[in-house]
Formats: sequence, C-alpha cells, structure tokens
Amino acid sequence: MGEYITLAHGSGGVEMLEILEKLFFRRVREEFKRVEGGVGIDVADDAAAIPIPGGRYIVVSSDAYTVNPPFFPGGNIGVLAASGSINDVLMMGGLPIALLDAIIVEEGFPIRDLETIVESMIKLLEEERVALIGGDFKVMPRGQVDKITITTTAIGVSNGPPIVDKPRPGDRIIVSDYIGEHGAVILLTQLGLSSDLGELVSDVKPLTKLMNPLVSRYRDCITAARDPTRGGLAGVLNEWASRSGVLIAIKDADVPIRDPVRRVADMLGVDPYFLASEGVAVLSIKPECVEEVLEYIHKLGFNEARVIGEVRESERFKGYVAAETPIGGLRVVEPPRGELVPRIC
Amino acid sequence: MFSKLYLELERELRYNKRAAEAVENKIHRLFIEYSGREGVERLKIMDFCGTHEWSITYYGLRSLMPRGLELVAGPGCPVCVVPSHYIEEAIKLSFEGVVVYAYGDVYKLRAKRSVKGAFSLSEARSLGADVRVVQDVLSAARDASSHGKPSVFIAVGFETAAPAYAWAILRDHLPGNLKLLSLVKLTPPAMFYSLEVSREKPTEPPISGVIAPGHVSTITGAKAWVPVAENYGIPVVVSGFEPLDVLVSILEILRQLVAGRAEVVIEYKRSVSWHGDVKAQSAVNRVFEVVDDAWRGIGFLPKSGLRIRDNYRRHDAIAEYGVRELKPGMWEKDMPPGCRCAEVVLGKAYPTHCPLFMKSCTPLKPIGPCMVSIEGTCAIWARYGSREFLDELAREIGEAS
Repeated sequence: MGEYITLAHGSGGVEMLEILEKLFFRRVREEFKRVEGGVGIDVADDAAAIPIPGGRYIVVSSDAYTVNPPFFPGGNIGVLAASGSINDVLMMGGLPIALLDAIIVEEGFPIRDLETIVESMIKLLEEERVALIGGDFKVMPRGQVDKITITTTAIGVSNGPPIVDKPRPGDRIIVSDYIGEHGAVILLTQLGLSSDLGELVSDVKPLTKLMNPLVSRYRDCITAARDPTRGGLAGVLNEWASRSGVLIAIKDADVPIRDPVRRVADMLGVDPYFLASEGVAVLSIKPECVEEVLEYIHKLGFNEARVIGEVRESERFKGYVAAETPIGGLRVVEPPRGELVPRIC
Repeated sequence: MFSKLYLELERELRYNKRAAEAVENKIHRLFIEYSGREGVERLKIMDFCGTHEWSITYYGLRSLMPRGLELVAGPGCPVCVVPSHYIEEAIKLSFEGVVVYAYGDVYKLRAKRSVKGAFSLSEARSLGADVRVVQDVLSAARDASSHGKPSVFIAVGFETAAPAYAWAILRDHLPGNLKLLSLVKLTPPAMFYSLEVSREKPTEPPISGVIAPGHVSTITGAKAWVPVAENYGIPVVVSGFEPLDVLVSILEILRQLVAGRAEVVIEYKRSVSWHGDVKAQSAVNRVFEVVDDAWRGIGFLPKSGLRIRDNYRRHDAIAEYGVRELKPGMWEKDMPPGCRCAEVVLGKAYPTHCPLFMKSCTPLKPIGPCMVSIEGTCAIWARYGSREFLDELAREIGEAS
C-alpha cells in the first residue's frame, strides 16, 4: 500500500521511525533541527533543549494524547496528558515549571466528563507545582474526532546539560518500577475484557519525585533516561542499542513485572516488554555509580527498582538487545513493530 | 482466575532453572549416545504448534540444544496457512459495508493481491472499512448484536478453536446479523503431509520426532497421533507449553529414539487425555463437515478443513455472502515465484536455502508469507539468524559476565 497512513505508523515502533524520517528528519535542514547549542530533532530523544545563560537549558516537550477509552482504571486522558509531557521533560534532566494544553473535543461529549478530565489535570499540576500558562480549546463536529484528544506542551529548566541518551559500554540498565501496567490495562479494556483486570490499574503518574532529586544529585552518572511509553521496554532498549551502536544484555528474571500483567500478556500472546508504562523510568547508569544510585532510588520510595542488565560493546551484535531467559536460554528482544494486537496462534 | 496450585505449577515449569539444566544435561547425553550409535550428525524434531514455537523462541530453548539437534517449526499456525484468496474475500466484504471481526494476527495477515489498494484487513481499515479486532467469537457476537449491522467473524483456528464456534452456534449465541466464515483447519492431515515431504528427496535429514500440539490434543485426544507414530515409526510427544514441558518432551523423544521405540506419549497430562474431549468433538461434528481444504503455500490437503453444515447455513458467511470457495482447479501456488516458504513451513528447507532470503526478500521488503508474518520462520531467522548466530551471541554475553 505505502501511500496511506495506517495505525502501525502511530504505534511507536519501526514504522513510526520510518514515517518520521520520511516526513521530517530527511526534509529539515541540519541547521534548523535545533537551536544552536541545544538539542532538537537531530536526536530522537524525549524533549528538546534550548541553552540559556548560566549553563542552563530550557527543556520543552510536546505530545498529543488520544486514548480509548478516555477514562480507564487508574486514570483518565487528562492525567495521562499532563503526566506524559512532564515525564518527557524530566527524562531530559529538566524540572517542569509550566504546561500548555490544547484540547480537541467531539460535539456531544458530556461536559461533566470534560470537567472531570480537566479537574484531574489541574489537581495534578498543582501537586507538581507546575503552572498552566496557556492552551487552546476546539470542538469538532460529531464523528470527526474520537471523543477527545489533548495535546500538552511541558516546559522545564535544566540546571546542567540535558540528558541526551547515549548509553555506554559498561553501563547498567535500571528500571524504576513494575513495567507494562498501563499497556495491559488499555489493551484489555479495548478488547472488552476489563472484567479480567482484577486489581490491575494503569501506572500513570509524574515521575518528579524520582527524577528531580536523582538528577540534582547524580546527573553525571546518568547516560540515558527514558520513560517506556508506546513501544514499552523493548522499544526503549532497542532504540538505545541501535542509536548508540551497542549490545544491551538483560536478564528476564530481573525485570519487575507484576503477575497480573504477565497473565494478560500470556493470555493475549504479547510480550510484556512491548506494553507501555506511564510511570516508570528506564535509566542507563555508569558502572561506578550504580550501587549508590540504586540505593538512592530505593530511598526515594521506588522499592521495586532494580538493575536488569548492562550495556556491552560488540562489533557483531551492535544494535541488538539480548535477554537471558529464566531457564538459562537466550533470545533476542525485538523492537516493537506494527500495532500491538493479540495473537491467536 | 487461576488456582494457587496452578500458578505454583506454572512457576516451576517456567522458572526452575535447576530442573531445566538437569533435563538439558540428559538431552545432551542422550543425543551424543544416539548420534554416535546411529552415525547421524543432525537430528530434526518438529514442533507443530505456533504456541510451542513461541515458547521455544521466547525462552531461548534452541540455544540450549546440543549442536546438531534441530528444532524445526511445522505448519502449526492456523493463520499463516489461510490462503491469500480468503483474505482477499474478507477484504472485499469489508469494503462492501460488512463489519469484519478478526483476531489480531488475521487482521495483519497480508494477501498476495490487493483489493482496492488494501493487502490486509488492517489496510482495509485505514482505507475506511469497518474491521474490528476481537479476542474470541463471543465478543464479536456481543459487539455485533449491539449494532445490528451485517457482520462476519473470520473463524480461523485448529481443532482447539472449533468447539467454541460450534457451541456459539448450538447454544444460540450468535445474533442473526453475524455470520461465521469458517476457515478451521485440521492438524493431522498437515502433519502427515509434512512427514511425507520430509522423506522425499532427502537432502535434509527427515523428521525424527514430533512435539505434538497440546491444545489441539485436549480436544482430539492423544489418540489422534497414533497413525503418526505407527506409520512413520517416529516418537510423538504431546507437550505442554511451558519451557520445561517442551524440554521434557524433547528428552522423551530422545529416550524413545535411543530405545528404538516409536510411541505416542502424553507429557501434558494435566490437560490432555487419550480420548480427548468427547463432548467437544461431537459438537464440532454436529455443526461442521470435513472438507478438502487449501493450505497457503502447500495446496489442497484431503479432509483437512471444516465448513458449516447445511443445517446451520443461516450462520454461514459463505452461504450468506456467496463467498467464493477456492477449488482445486483454481489453486495456484499463492507464493511468489522463487519463494520456498512452503518448504520452510514444512520444515523441509531452512530459510538460507531459499534464493530470495535476505537478497530480494527482507523484513523491510518481504516477499513470501514466511517473511511477512512476524512469526514466520524466515522473519525469525532474518532477525536472529541461525543457530550459529545464537551461539556466537551467547559466547559474547558469557565472556563479559
């Protein structure tokens, strides 16, 4: 087909990188891919950075959120939209200070629901001490948008150079929490199987309590930081491996996954590493700091954080992510591609 | 949802590394004994079920096998063997305003020819057709009755899936507007065919043992595989799906080979009996008739498919929408020229034997269905390479740690 956009183009996998390359990266001249001295679309990272006097940087990230259904166990699209952009700024080493939101809503959408969504967004921003400084509000005729989409732009300040992801051989990979919970909840809900959810709720939350102290204290130890949203853990690790030309080796047994998520993944035949998290950080940490950093993360209340693997130099296997399986086998962790859909066979 | 005992058992079979190593060591010992005695360097064991293949790949079992013991995947994915023709028919229906329900992997399956610009149901959906991904026939039924529009559920599957379809019809769970397009396939004919082919022109070692499908056997019973053991003289083990299940099944196959036996043995005793689920078998018999059916890339296999009987034609999409059935006369190899996917599917050739593999046919520009489907053997090989690839990767990872 080729000439039409498919859902796969928006699933955060191989196809999306291809379409972005085709639409943007190839067309924008190098000098206009960033502000001089900053970070822009010259590197595909969480956010952009613009240098300001005093060795500091403005960090900006913009993201459009659509989620079906807009209300899901553990949150709603408002919480998701605010947390998501805040997290992108945090993962770049910035402390978020302000947010703008653009809401497009479908004619006929209940105002009460909209109130709930906006209220929860505002409450979250208050807790995060992030100002809501602007936005837009539009209504589309019925059927021209699926209920609601929210675009948020988060702005933050980084006191040092931004964290541009560049894992180096020897680094250890840390995940801060159980993975895949948001993805599992959404997938089950969309399939009409929310009765199978049990206690499981989305993990959507801002990661300020983790990232802000961590970055202030250990910025030099962090070579990469990312929240594994679309594309999941597999997406982040594969992107790191291929962009930095390294091999990333992890141990399946060390990756924290809660039983219900594992069960959902089993039932639907999807790899839990592909399921999105909306409140988890994946970090690449220099080997000399790793123990101290992990201990500190635990102290911050992220008790499930653990080292799941390490970065290796490899001529033959650069760009690969390999996992030792629980029974001692070996497999390649693939990058996500296509839409995440359940398998029958 | 599951009993505590079940979960504990699952954990053991999935994570018990010591037990796995013990089985692995025995496999290595027996393989050396057998290959030394018989003077064979290579031995092929065929797994037959997509989920077994998934377990083998996901848990990295190939990397644990002795060199020369090869696990090959058989035609065990009911989706990969759906002929292009039926996907094209389904795309056509979707463009004619019929709501089409499909499993996720059917939704992605590519046809050989495009219909109005769409090579798959997922592409049809991006072009405006109403295609919905569901997990089972009952959710399609619920959804279809909520909107009342003409709808078709693509009923793909093996013996395992058939009873659910049969009961949906017998227990009157299907709303009048939802018809089933039955493309259910039966596994024993395909297994016979694979074994037959593996013995022709023996450039490759024949299949010496079979890991028989666990889910299918819960319905058919292990007895369904007796003809395989008897006619081909090879061990057949009905296996569960956890990594230790599969390892134990491989060990049992080697034990039989060493002892010169060829029997059907059930490893998956917690689910499979000798006679199977007789109630399910009879429900399937009432609703479906057995027909000669086409397998993608393979051709017509006698008595290998299920279609809805005349009595229940009001539920049959083929009758309702006049879906054209593929006839042996119409059969054309729905494989591109030069593509050896059919042999790869049958475990007869490795992807590297195909002249197109990684030359004109790559994951980014796939030609044959084995490369198109992400679980196709060629796609897996393209990403993981061969056994040598895994060995080298293991060495590299082992060195540094």
